[in-house]
Amino acid sequence: MLEVNFSGSFRDAVDGAASISIEAATIRELLRKLVERYPRMQSHVEDGVAVSINGEIFRDSWGEAIPAGAEVFVLPRIRGG
Amino acid sequence: MAHDKRYTNQEFKIVGTRPPRPDGLDKVTGRAKYGADTFAPGQLDGLILRSPHAHAKIKNINTSRAEKLKGVKAVITSDDLPDLTNGNRGMFDILENCMARGRALYDGHAVAAVAAIDAETARRAVKLIKVDYEILPHVTDVDEAMKPDAPIVQPHVRTSGVEPKPRKASNVSQVSEFGHGDVDAGFKEADVIVEKSYKTEQTHQGYIEPHACLASVGPDGQGELWVTTQGHFFFRNTCAALLGMDVAKLKVTASEIGGGFGGKTHVWMEPVALALSRKANRPVKLVMSREEVFRASGPTCSTSVDVKIGAKKDGTITAALATLRYQNGPFPAVWAMLGAMTSWACYDLKNVKSVGYDVLVNRPKVAAYRAPSAPMAAFAVESTIDQVAARIGMDPVDFRIKNAAREGTRASYGPTYGPIGIGPTLEAVKNHPHMKARLGKNQGRGMACGFWFNFGGQTCVDLNIGIDGTVTLTVGTVDVGGSRASLCLIAAEELGIAYERVRCHVADTASLGHNDTTEGSRGTFSSGMAAIFAARDAIAILRDRAAKTWEIDVEDVAWEAGNAIAKGVAHGNLAPLTLEELAAASPNTGGPIAGHNEVVADGAGVSFASHICDVEVDPETGATKVIRYTVIQDAGKAIHPDYVEGQFQGGAAQGIGWALNEEYVYGEDGRLQNPGFLDYRIPDCSDLPYIDTQILEIPNPNHPYGVRGVGATSIVPPLAAIGNAVSNAAGVRMTHVPMSPPRILKAIKDEQLDIAAD
Repeated sequence: MLEVNFSGSFRDAVDGAASISIEAATIRELLRKLVERYPRMQSHVEDGVAVSINGEIFRDSWGEAIPAGAEVFVLPRIRGG
Repeated sequence: MAHDKRYTNQEFKIVGTRPPRPDGLDKVTGRAKYGADTFAPGQLDGLILRSPHAHAKIKNINTSRAEKLKGVKAVITSDDLPDLTNGNRGMFDILENCMARGRALYDGHAVAAVAAIDAETARRAVKLIKVDYEILPHVTDVDEAMKPDAPIVQPHVRTSGVEPKPRKASNVSQVSEFGHGDVDAGFKEADVIVEKSYKTEQTHQGYIEPHACLASVGPDGQGELWVTTQGHFFFRNTCAALLGMDVAKLKVTASEIGGGFGGKTHVWMEPVALALSRKANRPVKLVMSREEVFRASGPTCSTSVDVKIGAKKDGTITAALATLRYQNGPFPAVWAMLGAMTSWACYDLKNVKSVGYDVLVNRPKVAAYRAPSAPMAAFAVESTIDQVAARIGMDPVDFRIKNAAREGTRASYGPTYGPIGIGPTLEAVKNHPHMKARLGKNQGRGMACGFWFNFGGQTCVDLNIGIDGTVTLTVGTVDVGGSRASLCLIAAEELGIAYERVRCHVADTASLGHNDTTEGSRGTFSSGMAAIFAARDAIAILRDRAAKTWEIDVEDVAWEAGNAIAKGVAHGNLAPLTLEELAAASPNTGGPIAGHNEVVADGAGVSFASHICDVEVDPETGATKVIRYTVIQDAGKAIHPDYVEGQFQGGAAQGIGWALNEEYVYGEDGRLQNPGFLDYRIPDCSDLPYIDTQILEIPNPNHPYGVRGVGATSIVPPLAAIGNAVSNAAGVRMTHVPMSPPRILKAIKDEQLDIAAD
């Protein structure tokens, strides 16, 4: 079971929770289950999110494995200049 | 991600050297072709009619007289750009920014466009278009726009990120909160609390090359677009979606680019050029004037920020709070959110909170500008950091070192840092000779830190070996800062050949798989990663060809220093086969030799910089001269140090202009008063000292060569470093950017009045 942390505007989409517990082995599974549980996450996922696993930020590698006990944050997708 | 982390600390033979850039001769001789430098048979000149009003209802547009003018081949309005966005509000906003739809939302908003046989006819035609406006109340200031009685910019917008869900329209499109701990408890622990408010004015990226394109769409639905852009694949996808074209039928070619800095990551008038061409059935060239660039293409935000820091006398920060209000122009975006995420990223804080308010106003749509949103947040935070250090009597560098984030620190925006470079940049500042140099009369010194995320993204590279053994590297990331030179170095390093044997090209969208836009310091990071893997792919084929030539097992062939080597005692008498020999023999060993790679280049390392600045302020005129400037930044690994230093210096130069002079000035009527380089003053050579640089190399463990990306971070510290220097020189805290002569004089006078009153 992972503890997944949220900040920024995403907390709004997960009923105000700072973190939730969820079972997921990859980023793809995590995002799929998040949308299943919190339908308001759908628009965020479509607009683009990033997932930080133990401090390393992944934007597009949805196949990335999430180790057991990893620190996981769902973050806004960053834009650059 | 499938790369070998053992390469992080490898020794390099070619990477890290400083050969001439492959595009250098073209650029200094004028042979390089920029956005406006191409032509097509039958080409028309396009021109856009823009709103003179900050906010107005468009009651009617009469184009009949323009259409009848001899030489006019097409006139378009929003009716010619129907809404095909299928409920995608973000895409609809892009469409609406390209051409107003019933309301003009800012001074300069496009309302109609013409294509004619020459520029003079186009100008006459635009004057014949009659637009019936009903002027609406407007708002251009971020703080004014947040007031309850402010004119509403977008009636459909409800503030997100707050509970309960608002039912009324608001100019605050989003509220974003980041942080951890308990700031109220933290402030109670503090011996000293400093609270201050700051403002920064809107600035433009100031790229010298205006937006320009040549568009051609035929009746068969096929089109081409030649354009100055940071991301031609993104432009293709966006333009195709807005115009209802198949992506595969629109070929976009990126010209050489005369600066972008984030401003060319958005489409502005390219869909208009394509729509004009489609209607006229002729190619259409559209080139913005400088005035149009200022009025209608992406400046960065103006901001209003409050910062509160509490600290113990020993220098430990106990609590940090920032409230950031960023104006986005008339379309919802996330610029305040980015400011909130970056504001405290340099520090290891137990109790921290930042709240961002994204605010709509009647100004042009805001675009990214090099580490977007971070410089303004850093100005407020780093200015306050200096004041806290002064209040507790601690050296400002030591105060920062004591509180600096390090490996294992939980970042204010959430995750825990891996290996990072803020501490080493601060130690380098402390030990730099610049910090020990004596200052003269009316001179002051300041320093500041900055942070940017960096990222990678989708990337695709081809590496083709010619019949003579020279190598063509084909990439899809636009070269905005010397990346072609860096990528040639990387390919040469992997293949073990000379830099001069590799030539790098930026492919059009029909010639390579999708590549994300060159933004967020990703060009060399991501295409470099793909180039490494493509070269290794090619090496595997070269080994196979050598094995065939020798009629031995491929496992007995190694690749060393540009040669195939037969391994083992049984093959010891075989002379090495060079790349040239293998290439020449390729027709009879299996055909062309090429490597290829597609990668999602995640794992970009976060980046930190610390800057030192000396200024001299004339107390009579308020004019500031930057007399010495030093940039210290972690590059991960500097592939081509000249261009790393160039990025450092460029960011500092742009930051100096932003800090001291540059400013969008709006009149009471909501119209931009200074849309030109005479009245909007960017720094020239005479305004700048030599900008010294120090590259730190703390390898990014997630890149095969340790690269972090360097383009963005260097613009983050300058506003604050200069603000601290000017404040020290003038003897008064500066809280409003730009610190132009009138603002400095007023601050000095106000301070004198305060002292007299006391």
